[in-house]
Amino acid sequence: MPESRETQDTQTSETVEELKLAAVAALDSAESEEQLEIWRVDFMGRKGRLTGLLRGLGGLEIDERKIVGAAANRLRGELEVLFEGRVSQSRSTQTPVGSIDITLPGRKPSLGGLHPSTQVVREITQAFNEMGFQTVEGPEVELEKYNFDMLNIPASHPARDMFDTFWVDSDTHDDILLRTHTSPMQARVMESNDPPIRVVVPGKCYRYESTDATHEWQFNQIEGLAVDEGITFADLKGTLYEFARRIFGPSQKVRFRCDYFPFVEPGVDMSIEWKGDWLEIMGAGMVHPKVLENAGYDSTKYTGFAFGMGPERISMLRNEIADIRHFFANDLRFLTQF
Amino acid sequence: MKVPVSWLSEYVDFEMSLEDLAHRLTMAGNEVEEIERTGWIDNVVVGHVKAVAQHPNADRLSLVTVDYGDGEAEVVCGAPNVAAGQKIAYAAVGAVLQDAYAEEPGKTKKLKRSKIRGVESIGMVCSVRELGIGDDHDGILVLDDDAKVGTPIGEVLGETVLDIELTPNRPDCLGVVGVARDVSAITGNPLRQPNVEFESKGPDVNTLASVEITDPDLCLRYTASVIQGVKIGPSPQWLQDRLTAIGERPINNLVDITNFVMFELGQPLHAFDLDKVVDHRVIVRRATPGEKIVTLDDKERKLGSEMLLIADPERGIGLAGVMGAANSEISESTTTVLLESATFHGVNNRRTAHALELPSQATLRFEKSLRTGLSEVGLRRATKLILEIAGGEAASGIIDVYPGKGTEQTGVRLDRDHIKRVLGVEIENRVVETTLGNLGFELAGDADGWDVRIPYWRPDVSIPEDIVEEIARIVGYDNIPTTTLSGRPPQWQPQPEMELRARVTDALVQAGMREIISYSATTSEAEARVALPADMASEVKLRNPITADFAVMRRTLRETILDTVARNSRTWRGPIALFEAARVFLDYGEGLPEERQMAAGAFVGPRNDLHWDASTDSSDFYDAKGAVEAVLDELGITATFETGEDATFAAGRTAVIKVPAANNVVIGVVGEVAGKVFAQFDAEVETATMFELDLAAILKVLKGREATVKFDEFTRLPASHRDLSLVVDTGVTAGQIVEISNRNRIVTSATVFDLFEGKGVPDGKKAVAVRLVYQSPNKTLTADQIGKIEGQILKQLSKELGAELRAQ
Repeated sequence: MPESRETQDTQTSETVEELKLAAVAALDSAESEEQLEIWRVDFMGRKGRLTGLLRGLGGLEIDERKIVGAAANRLRGELEVLFEGRVSQSRSTQTPVGSIDITLPGRKPSLGGLHPSTQVVREITQAFNEMGFQTVEGPEVELEKYNFDMLNIPASHPARDMFDTFWVDSDTHDDILLRTHTSPMQARVMESNDPPIRVVVPGKCYRYESTDATHEWQFNQIEGLAVDEGITFADLKGTLYEFARRIFGPSQKVRFRCDYFPFVEPGVDMSIEWKGDWLEIMGAGMVHPKVLENAGYDSTKYTGFAFGMGPERISMLRNEIADIRHFFANDLRFLTQF
Repeated sequence: MKVPVSWLSEYVDFEMSLEDLAHRLTMAGNEVEEIERTGWIDNVVVGHVKAVAQHPNADRLSLVTVDYGDGEAEVVCGAPNVAAGQKIAYAAVGAVLQDAYAEEPGKTKKLKRSKIRGVESIGMVCSVRELGIGDDHDGILVLDDDAKVGTPIGEVLGETVLDIELTPNRPDCLGVVGVARDVSAITGNPLRQPNVEFESKGPDVNTLASVEITDPDLCLRYTASVIQGVKIGPSPQWLQDRLTAIGERPINNLVDITNFVMFELGQPLHAFDLDKVVDHRVIVRRATPGEKIVTLDDKERKLGSEMLLIADPERGIGLAGVMGAANSEISESTTTVLLESATFHGVNNRRTAHALELPSQATLRFEKSLRTGLSEVGLRRATKLILEIAGGEAASGIIDVYPGKGTEQTGVRLDRDHIKRVLGVEIENRVVETTLGNLGFELAGDADGWDVRIPYWRPDVSIPEDIVEEIARIVGYDNIPTTTLSGRPPQWQPQPEMELRARVTDALVQAGMREIISYSATTSEAEARVALPADMASEVKLRNPITADFAVMRRTLRETILDTVARNSRTWRGPIALFEAARVFLDYGEGLPEERQMAAGAFVGPRNDLHWDASTDSSDFYDAKGAVEAVLDELGITATFETGEDATFAAGRTAVIKVPAANNVVIGVVGEVAGKVFAQFDAEVETATMFELDLAAILKVLKGREATVKFDEFTRLPASHRDLSLVVDTGVTAGQIVEISNRNRIVTSATVFDLFEGKGVPDGKKAVAVRLVYQSPNKTLTADQIGKIEGQILKQLSKELGAELRAQ
């Protein structure tokens, strides 16, 4: 008996093994989805060869039936995995009629772009516009009167050292200059408007200064001015703090400290915390009573604050630009990065 | 301003760390840029010279045995002044010292064990220069005898210096006492004022010298003292150290004292050798034009009539508040000193210093219009120090010529309400009074506020807001609350010029162009490259251009845009399509120039980025024209392009842009840049096309026009289109065909969609395909009706242009 049992075992095992070899070979040679389907019906279908083999187990003894049955079921699992693999492989390599090469680049319309200074100027002026400040502009070639005198910087005032000035060569006038800041618009706006005033003034300014990585003789500035009854230093802080949150993010740390500019009193330097240091980004202060009076405002009735900042400097911080000279060199390798 | 902490500590105490103090000073307006530490060097200690012997192989070198506390070392030394028994700075091997022989200062050198002329030297005895605390390198630094051997050198020589970036309104802080006063206000600790009391037992000062001011507008006060029997010599070590620590070179005791008091109190002083002053008479007067004086630096200066001179009856003996003269200088033989402490006119002093290119520490202070009260305090302080240090006897009394007496503002009224009005917050009376008191303001309070007396060291204070700032900066801006603007925002006012520029800019960006911003200044020669018309307005010239490249303000954007595309063509291989919208400056000789807004754009290189399905053709006229059309579409302007002439552009490839609805006003030009113009820009491409739009002219066209688009109800009746294939002479333009086709009001559009010359078309002719769209507003057109209209159009095209239908 032991012998015959061995014989029978061997026979049945061979059948499972044979079926496996035949099935794998047939699967390998199936080339289309149609042929794969034929294979599936042939081997795995309800009347397929694997089902036939399992049905044949009925004639075996209970122990053998268990062994052979387990082997056959294992084979079913293996063949199902192989089959699924072949089906998905077949689907991926097969090109449907009318297929296109979707890896080719699309027809992208060429996108132009704004200069980075314009981008920052727009962003900053918009932040102030939303706080009720209107954007206005003024002349770049300016009278000494507006650039200095009306701003409480009379001729030969030592504070004029803060503003190295380009003067215009003219036969008839010796009081024309390139504005050194956008502040002359404080005087011009007040001269031609009644309070309340809330303006921001972007524009080009010029200083007689040698050029290096952090200095340019031409640069943009954004001036701000708010004048009305009851405007206080606390309003100045609140407005500029809100600006900093808008431009540098809601968690930006800001510092206000005492500084001096002839056209404000008290004077303010606003710095932001940047990589562990405090960096000055803006000069500000309460409009000096003399500036109000010079423009014809009653300084016992009105107060106001003013501020000024350099958009290129802010862009240099945020965009990590080490050299200010990039801004007006207009190299496409620079411009296309913004 | 450099403020050594040891010096500062003479006048005020502070418990907080130096870093905290620096922060508080910064917040209060005196920005501490750096805390510098000098004299602290590792591996350098106090040593004792036990013995000095001759170097066996070199006459000028000696072998020095140094006890450095933990042992002894033998050092080869070249200093002539080394002697046994001295306390010196001993640098052990490994110390990093200043390289005394380096060309550029600040270079350091690590000390190694070495053999000098055959003898091993372990370490070094240091000079002042090697220690980095001064320039002297003639010999070694000899320390005080009581210095303890083995002590790290920093504990003996180390100094910590606050480097303060002062604002121009605070001349008081150009003296250490001024900074100390701020520290006093910050900490609440009392200020120790320098002592200014001295004994004067000599003869009446008026019998020894006299002072006369003949130009009182330029000298508000002149105080002077006379000290007889002084001994000129080197200053004591403490005084030399004070000056060295702030970077000043000690000269002699008299000069050092005047410098010391200037850096202590902020009052510049000058000492004369009275015996060299003719008749002992000092006259303060304007120089006569062309008058000459040899200043202390041995240079002869030619003076102008607005320069203030200190003179004796015969000659100038000093440039007031700028520099002394060689003829009355303190020398080793001086015994009688006339000490001057005056208040000169700030602006005048500054102008003189500028004109003579003689910036000085004195002018740095005088130009800030010092108050007259400071001069007397400075005089008394310096006189006291001279008596202490240089000996001698002070004459009784001081000379005080005071034409400015009573002309200065003495006080400011500060109403309580005003503080809140400016700051937006109430400050308690107690805080106001303590803060101002600590800053040296005397207050007389009443129910509504205070009468505040302006101290003699604060010329910057004149209005209530100045006092409010004093309170706020010491209280701390951080402690003032944050509020938002509560008032009514002003009425909005249109800004058409700015808005137009933004619209044009956005349209050009949407058309695929990139914005540039270039320099507003250029040169006449550079601008001449684009052949501007001769009748153009003059250029705005700069009186003081920073370089020859930027001498005039530009009158056109054409030159910069061509320069920019040309430069980029050398490094950028893709399409280059750049524009700028900016102002040009036109001088009509009537005060300020016209600042005219213009926009200009240029195209060079390929039209497209390299792409599998895009042409590699270069951009051409139609790219520039397309950009213009995009702008006109955005603005809702219907314009015509007419053949035009412009010296910047190539003949026959240029169009002038006109607006028929506005009397054919010219609003711009577009074309291919003339070859001889573009050749001057050194580009790596052959051709450029460019447009220029006159935004000021466009603004006029738009003026009075309805700004908003009015919707035009479209007809729902179907439109029909028919294509015509025509043959015309090559000289016939698309514009002519379209214009004739459009005359019929049933034709809603006529579009040229194909052009062909060559095979199948006779020589001198071209084939043009036009699509006509027919639509009636009130009925559906039948084929017959369309055919009839088409026939009429063909007849007209034939009659006016000689057009024929192309045989199919």
